[in-house]
Amino acid sequence: MKTKGKVTGIIANLVVVETEGTAAQNEICFILHGDSRLMAEVIRITGNKVYVQVFESTRGLKIGTDVEFQGHMLEVTLGPGILSRNYDGLQNDLDKMEGVFLKRGDYTAPLDHERKFAFTPLASVGDKVEAGIWLGEVKENWMPHKIMVPFTFKGEYVVKEITAAGEYCIDDQMAVLTDESGRDHVVTMVQKWPVKVPIRAYREKPRPFRILETGYRVIDTLNPMAEGGTGFIPGPFGSGKTVVQHNLSRNAEADLVIIAACGERANEVVEVFTEFPELDDPRTGRKLIERTTIIANTSNMPVAAREASVYTAMTIAEYYRSMGLRILLLADSTSRWAQALREMSNRMEELPGPDGFPMDLPAIISNFYSRAGIVYLNNGETGSITFIGTVSPAGGNLKEPVTESTKKAARCFYALSQQRADSKRYPAIDPIDSYSKYLEYPEIAEYLNSTIADNWTDNVLEAKDILLRGKETYEQINILGDDGVPLDYHLKYWKSELLDFVILQQDAFDPIDQRCPLDRQHFMLDQALDICRKEFEFESFEEVAPWFKEVINLLKQMNFAEFNSEDFERYGKLLADKLTEREAKAEDEDEKAA
Amino acid sequence: MERETSAFQRIYTRLFQLTKATVSLKATGIGNEELAIVDGRLAQVVKIIGEMVTLQVFAGTEGIATNAEVVFTGKAPALRVGEDLAGRFFNAYGEPMDGGQILGQEREIGGPSVNPVRRKQPSELIATGIAGIDLNNTLVTGQKIPFFADPDQPFNQVMANVALRAKADKIILGGVGLTNDDYLYFKHVFDNAGALDRIIGFINTTENPPVERLLVPDMALSAAEYFAVEKQEKVLVLLTDLTLYADALSIVSNRMDQIPSKDSMPGSLYSDLARLYEKAVQFPDGGSITIIAVTTLSGGDITHAIPDNTGYITEGQLFLRKDSDVGKVIVDPFRSLSRLKQLVIGKKTREDHPQVMNAAVRLYADAANAKTKLENGFDLTDYDERTLGFASAYSEKLLAIDVNIDIDTMLETAYELFREYFSPAEVGIKQVFVDKYWKKEAATAAE
Repeated sequence: MKTKGKVTGIIANLVVVETEGTAAQNEICFILHGDSRLMAEVIRITGNKVYVQVFESTRGLKIGTDVEFQGHMLEVTLGPGILSRNYDGLQNDLDKMEGVFLKRGDYTAPLDHERKFAFTPLASVGDKVEAGIWLGEVKENWMPHKIMVPFTFKGEYVVKEITAAGEYCIDDQMAVLTDESGRDHVVTMVQKWPVKVPIRAYREKPRPFRILETGYRVIDTLNPMAEGGTGFIPGPFGSGKTVVQHNLSRNAEADLVIIAACGERANEVVEVFTEFPELDDPRTGRKLIERTTIIANTSNMPVAAREASVYTAMTIAEYYRSMGLRILLLADSTSRWAQALREMSNRMEELPGPDGFPMDLPAIISNFYSRAGIVYLNNGETGSITFIGTVSPAGGNLKEPVTESTKKAARCFYALSQQRADSKRYPAIDPIDSYSKYLEYPEIAEYLNSTIADNWTDNVLEAKDILLRGKETYEQINILGDDGVPLDYHLKYWKSELLDFVILQQDAFDPIDQRCPLDRQHFMLDQALDICRKEFEFESFEEVAPWFKEVINLLKQMNFAEFNSEDFERYGKLLADKLTEREAKAEDEDEKAA
Repeated sequence: MERETSAFQRIYTRLFQLTKATVSLKATGIGNEELAIVDGRLAQVVKIIGEMVTLQVFAGTEGIATNAEVVFTGKAPALRVGEDLAGRFFNAYGEPMDGGQILGQEREIGGPSVNPVRRKQPSELIATGIAGIDLNNTLVTGQKIPFFADPDQPFNQVMANVALRAKADKIILGGVGLTNDDYLYFKHVFDNAGALDRIIGFINTTENPPVERLLVPDMALSAAEYFAVEKQEKVLVLLTDLTLYADALSIVSNRMDQIPSKDSMPGSLYSDLARLYEKAVQFPDGGSITIIAVTTLSGGDITHAIPDNTGYITEGQLFLRKDSDVGKVIVDPFRSLSRLKQLVIGKKTREDHPQVMNAAVRLYADAANAKTKLENGFDLTDYDERTLGFASAYSEKLLAIDVNIDIDTMLETAYELFREYFSPAEVGIKQVFVDKYWKKEAATAAE
């Protein structure tokens, strides 16, 4: 028997419900407003007053309206057919909704119950299994989708029956499992899971030990992201957060990309809807949309569902991680989620923390980030969720609660700088402020040095050092004037500019340059460092800038050309000539001096 | 005011609480956000706790007595829409200022949002003739973009120019706390251009009560949705000034004892503004709503909560600045940005457009560095001198808001300036474009 109640108060999307029955924190209820059922979540209980946040507009809602409690928390439906879908924050399939405008109380099934999938059993009768163990697999798009023992199953089970290979719908019986007390349980392809509870059906969560290639030089080379790592991208508006996120979702070496568009612009989501079905996945040759799932709660969609959207996305990621896949989860932007929390906390008249945010904001954020990670599954395979969130700091000021809380939780920090964005140095990831803690992990350093080159991490640190010294000398030149500093300062500065233009900057809209694989990054860093290590002689400081600009121009042309193509080789040759010419000149002068 | 009282409607005559913007009374059977008439003034339900209903009175509560008559209409705020909206001006309640009637049907304002999967990606360029916009910050139908400007800058003039050149089927002006002079200015400009039949205005001037302003953007956008969805028209909505809209929001939230967040603004400011701006949309069948708004700044401070939240919602922003070197108002190339330009530049415009645009802005930035050097009393290099020359010419011929040329001419002008001051290597655009568009004889001369 479901608990019933009645509405006794309405303040925007916070509704007070009085009930005589039992209700639980985070329980889902429906408000029966006319023909529509408005979904809501319990966020506080005081006596017989239950405060719920409604995931829809409450326009027209009246006191005395009936409310039905559901006896479970907000859940997602997990099963084959999630890939390539466009969901809202509550996992409603947006494509199944009729009409141009979203209708209130319109909830659509996340999965297709009629579609048939080709099932192959992986387990046999008599196998001992536990939650998360693979019973069989079906083909979802190109990907083997594992049918698992539901995560809610506790303890050990024995496979009593397993369905033979063939075509089945998701609700068909796939296996019968017997628990320790001898009771039988039917398993289908579908299971449900509450979004706010992490799925823990794995054996161990080690420290990340390898990197996730993203195609961005400034990330992979200088501040690598670990597979199963966490990172965040704070930046003022206009600094290119969205472009970075979109390019990550295109180019990262992940099996699956889940994008949580959380309180952001609808047109940005439309860009993904429109372009991803057209774009090729460079790794599989298929379309990018086939490995992408979008959870869209755009900024004009109901605020309360914004919070739900990031949890929905994380839970789907955890589901696929349990299949032994590499997942990249992107959330844009976690600040909007924090703001949604602030709005509700405000309406409930809670005492505010800094900037009006709820006091437990840091805890909520670090809890969420901790759900990412690489894991050893119960069957020994690995799966990973790499999570990158963006933060939209108010006024571009990084000393605000969301940025500060996130900084404590995330291991990589990709600071977008307004100054770099203003001078169109994209991606505007600041080379000095940004960091990757993973570079300090011995297991990651070892991985990099063994997969890329022996001296790779040393080279990376050398490059960082050149950039830092370049910045310092630039400040000196600005204070003392071009002719007030030794010539050597100009050289130092221009060497750092060379790294900036050739390694840091990358044209996100150029078909070639937008994605730079690791072997190419290796080649370009070696090229750039070779030049930086050389000594060049110049008569006066005025010669330095023009010469370096020509060198940079040649290296940039190489970046724009197909790797190892004719064009690429030609620019490489021109570059080599340019360098020898300058060195020869220097030798000539040395001889003269001698 | 049109009163739709019917015989069976209950009249309440006992107010429990009065603030400057709200009244509270005991009433039953009331729906959230429904409209009521309080002492002849329009009001909207903002909070219900048990029997206690709080109403926000748009015109303010001056002179309302505790025994004032309150009648609930049972309806959310609505606008009568029809073809005959065109060419007319309305007040914040959607009532024609000419005293006439609208024959269409009623539409609730502030209605539901468009399902994102039913949107089309914007791809139609809006040419304005202003190079600071078309070349550097190209606008696209379905986009939402504000001018960030100090109150003394000519943003209303630029906006009127953009609107007239934009080839929109309808131009809807939402005047939020517009001065009467500016309202008449818009009216005259549109009239002189013979465009008045394409114009619809919803006007709240500084003479009207501030809380009334909260209705104006929703009214304007509901009218826009009517023309864009049902008539498949290209609609351009001008909203000026949304800083005053945010100020009105903070008044109401303050009267309701809500805890303010940054800069005394309500914590929901982001969602409140997003609800408006996200009405900008490109529909697959050709209809579109483009929003150009104004957010006035105080002393150019964009870290204030209003411009800051706006910047995170809109698809870019346009900054105006007086360039003292050429004595003209220019579109600031550093701080201005159109996020949707990538969808059209180099695709709907010439292939080299993105590279030319970036190169010019980068050289302009080099000029700014040279200027700092000059101000600090350092000698300039030859390159510095050339960037300064380039910057003046670029400002005068391309960035100034009085420029009115087509995009190909803008690109040609940019090459002219490049050739005059720089070598191809200094400009640093792709070699294929240099070969194709940089005139040969000039290229060799520069080297």
